[in-house]
Amino acid sequence: MSTTTATRRGQARPESRRRRRVEPIFYLFLLPSLVLFTLAITVPGLVGIFFSFTDSIGIGDWEFAGLTNYIAIFSDPAILQSYLFTFGFSIVTVLVVNVIAFLLAVGLTSQIRMKTALRTIFVIPMVVSGIIIAYVFNFLFSNSLPAAGAAAGITWLETSLLANPDLAWIAIVVVTAWQAVPGALLIYIAGLVSIPGDVYEAAEIDGASKFQQLLKITAPLVAGYVVINIILGFKGFLNAYDIIVGLTNGGPGTSTRSIAMTVIAGFNGGDYAYQMANATIFFVVAVLISLLQLSLTRGRNTL
Amino acid sequence: MTTPSTLTAEELRHTESTPAGHGRRRPGLKVERVNWPGTTILVLCAVTVLLPLYVTVSMAFKTQGQAVDGNAFSFPAPFSIDGFVQAWTLTNFPVGAAMSLLVTAGTVVATIVLAAFASYAIVRNWERRLFRYSFYYLLAAMFIPFPVVALPQIQMTGRLGLDNPLGVILLATMFQLSFSVLLFTAFLRSIPMELEESARIDGATTWQTFWQLIFPLLAPMSATVGIFAFLYAWNDFMMPSLIISDPALQTLPLRQNLFQTQFSNNYHVSFASYLMAMAPAIVAYLFTQRWVMAGVTQGAVKG
Repeated sequence: MSTTTATRRGQARPESRRRRRVEPIFYLFLLPSLVLFTLAITVPGLVGIFFSFTDSIGIGDWEFAGLTNYIAIFSDPAILQSYLFTFGFSIVTVLVVNVIAFLLAVGLTSQIRMKTALRTIFVIPMVVSGIIIAYVFNFLFSNSLPAAGAAAGITWLETSLLANPDLAWIAIVVVTAWQAVPGALLIYIAGLVSIPGDVYEAAEIDGASKFQQLLKITAPLVAGYVVINIILGFKGFLNAYDIIVGLTNGGPGTSTRSIAMTVIAGFNGGDYAYQMANATIFFVVAVLISLLQLSLTRGRNTL
Repeated sequence: MTTPSTLTAEELRHTESTPAGHGRRRPGLKVERVNWPGTTILVLCAVTVLLPLYVTVSMAFKTQGQAVDGNAFSFPAPFSIDGFVQAWTLTNFPVGAAMSLLVTAGTVVATIVLAAFASYAIVRNWERRLFRYSFYYLLAAMFIPFPVVALPQIQMTGRLGLDNPLGVILLATMFQLSFSVLLFTAFLRSIPMELEESARIDGATTWQTFWQLIFPLLAPMSATVGIFAFLYAWNDFMMPSLIISDPALQTLPLRQNLFQTQFSNNYHVSFASYLMAMAPAIVAYLFTQRWVMAGVTQGAVKG
């Protein structure tokens, strides 16, 4: 990647190009993407925000309703619960994923055998369909795990985790983490291999133990990658949908209903405008997190 | 269409060890002991990762009698393909596979072509405001979670007669566009201008320069962009489940919910069906893992 930056800097645009008119064909290259993107994403986004200020049910007549929907949302226990669940679940999953991915990355970059084969295996979960693997785990959580619990005499494990309103979220964390670890792992591996080996050599000569090296050299040097992983993961987990549908479908009751599921349910439930207001708030949250990401990763382009 | 040639295992090992090799090969410490405890722990972790996949495969090959006996981890004895035979007709597999294939192929081709053309126009006219702002505009989609625009998109596709795999191709392509433009533009900036200028001197038009010279050079990036579009389009549940209104046109992940309601005790059938839906993505990954791994790292570091 260092060559990329080098050529980019070296490639000062010749003056002749600057003065030249843009060839019309370049507009033709860009236009299809711009038009389709605007039609498929920007327009629906704006339409949605517009209708969040109305009382539309998705079809037929509507009237402006001002901020009614927004006021109602802040006192709606179902929506507040979905935000609480989604944020709580995302925070726990981010922690679990990053701890596991970091440790695996340290292992995979050390002097081990079968490095390539192991890495290939660890990345597989990333390429498996979320809903289908959730169905597989659903079977394991409702059949195999209770059977194992019964055999081991652990009472709380004897009934399915998925049927327990207080514990179902654990199953969702497990499956989401199973699928999300590879992405974080690959980013950590990239971070670890970028640390020059002589740093460790110097530490070894000074008598630092392997654990001290991990804590005092590796951890600070991959800090930038930790930030990237936390933000990327958090942004992804806030959208949680497929895995939850496959595991609990939001249940038992509504205890594991994510924000995305509440919004989508609004389409069938007839409160279109109301859920658009919910989606708009969700959008603002997503933008805030992205801005946080930009401010945290700015200046780290040297990674 | 440039199809990436499949790598041999030897090439793969070589390319993978290149980035790792630089950082970790410590001069003077060449003969380092193999970390056997680390290897053992990682192998055990890999087994855990593979467990749900093993259960899927073993359940799929069981007879109905063995599948309901409750032990998910037992080896199929005798081997039976009864599950596959039943799943084939129950989910109407040929049609589902055709739909998945159509959506996936369409998304991959559209993403590569649209993103490559747009990126080339953007990079070659970076000093023009229109092109620079277009870049940030297309990138903004990374900050928009699908649930936010989902409801208006469902309405729009319904009204335009796009509530079918074609609409899914359009939306999936637009959601992949940000990431793909990001990768293509970064790569294009590293291609030296001199190359193009010599083609110009020989009298090539912009179209010829792009299509005959630049696009082939983009092949490794196209491979990365393509495999990510493939994985997204093949595995996604949320978007197609909301957009495709005719059950006959459903893609494979959507057809699996059949087993959540009916036939819920025919585990060998459901798992055979899951396996048929998951396997193509895993196989595609095994052949293209080099680009999958590169894409994760580059997308994270540049994004």
